[in-house]
Amino acid sequence: MTAQRPLLELIGIEKSFGQLQALKTCSLEVQEKETVVLIGPSGSGKSTLLRCVNLLEPPDRGNILFKGKDIGRDLRAAPLIRQEIGMVFQNFELFQHLSAAENIMLAPMKVLGLSRLDAHDIALGLLRKVRIPDKADSYPDELSGGQQQRVAIARALAMKPAVMLYDEPTSALDPEMIREVLDVMAELSAEGMTSIVVTHEMGFAKRAADRIVFMEAGQIVEIANSADFFGGTVNARARQFLDQILH
Amino acid sequence: MSLQLVLDYVLSPIFFHGAMMTLLITVTSLFFGILAGLVVALLQEARLTLLRVLALFYLWLFRGTPVLFQIIFIYNVLPGFGIRLSAFMSAVIALSLNEGAYMAEILRSGIKSVTRGQRTAGLALGMTRAGVMRHVVLPQALRIILPPVGNQMIGMLKTSALVSVVAVEELLLIANQTASANFRYFEALSAAGIYYLVLTTIFMAAQAWLEQALDPKRARARRKAKPLVERLTAAADIR
Repeated sequence: MTAQRPLLELIGIEKSFGQLQALKTCSLEVQEKETVVLIGPSGSGKSTLLRCVNLLEPPDRGNILFKGKDIGRDLRAAPLIRQEIGMVFQNFELFQHLSAAENIMLAPMKVLGLSRLDAHDIALGLLRKVRIPDKADSYPDELSGGQQQRVAIARALAMKPAVMLYDEPTSALDPEMIREVLDVMAELSAEGMTSIVVTHEMGFAKRAADRIVFMEAGQIVEIANSADFFGGTVNARARQFLDQILH
Repeated sequence: MSLQLVLDYVLSPIFFHGAMMTLLITVTSLFFGILAGLVVALLQEARLTLLRVLALFYLWLFRGTPVLFQIIFIYNVLPGFGIRLSAFMSAVIALSLNEGAYMAEILRSGIKSVTRGQRTAGLALGMTRAGVMRHVVLPQALRIILPPVGNQMIGMLKTSALVSVVAVEELLLIANQTASANFRYFEALSAAGIYYLVLTTIFMAAQAWLEQALDPKRARARRKAKPLVERLTAAADIR
């Protein structure tokens, strides 16, 4: 049996903010094309763990292996690593002074050195993919939350990342817009985009996740296959959390 | 009181020259002032404590003393240390350094107004800190600081009158000299006043134009605007 090397390996990650120990020896492997959903009560360390992956929060201890290479050693190389790791934020964080297309074009042009024309082609293609082809010239404040988040996804995809990180991508959205964003994410996952998603949307987890990671108080309490997790064979604490958020 | 004399003064080469000198001092000092302000604003964001202390010292020094004092100091004290500067140079250096202190605060408030999340998003795309500053933070800050910077520009036009004390031949000095020769103060000062008003009006118009030009939505509207003839024929078609 030759197990494939995981795309991403987090080994014994620890992170503290002053007195608060946000992450306590967290370890997780993510295979290529896999979609992993992180769930858990607020303050359990999900977002911090996610931000460790692309070194926005460099871990205090532990190793992050990306494509087999330890990326946590040299923080000066962080910009290079981040080119391959896309990230989507709760508050979209589109650049307010740029149109939707320009938001998507910025990094390909300024980081990868693509021409304006090539970058524009990429942007239009991605806007079609996230189903808002007619919004290329709109500015962020002219778009709904759901549209903004889809532009943000397109912006991350423009760098052709090996993995996508979603940090509560639908938490700031009105209920009627959650679906359109989750649909795009689920479609990407189905196409084989490796994804790590912090979310409270259990419907999405059921639909798109290969594995569920349950975190509490800075620790990974349980890692389970999606089917097992929602089938009921989960640990008592995770069950309790599920019952709470499913009302 | 002679309006004809006011007009004569306005049209005279010497008043025109004075006004141009005022404009030159203003524009040069603004340019270097903004440059100094940008450096100081970025120093305040620096990770090295020494650089931040240096920036604070600069602000303390130049905001804590009158600009008139700074002009006189640079013109009269520096030669004692072997640094000889023309009156014009002294004036521009003093005004630039003073302007830099105020510009730094304005620029910094603009930079601060761009949220941390915007920078994080830039970093997450693989941009360097410098790249994020240049492509994400500064363009957004620019639009926010434009109104206060406009005020500073108009303020500088008026502050430049102070350099008459070191005998730079700018507008106010010319007016004063002209008047003291024949005691026609009303006419000479009115002529200078007219020039000041014309210059500030031009600055205000430039500011308004710049604010529009930096608004990306208006720029887009201009790109998309069809010529009048096309719009009219389109309207006719609908009917």
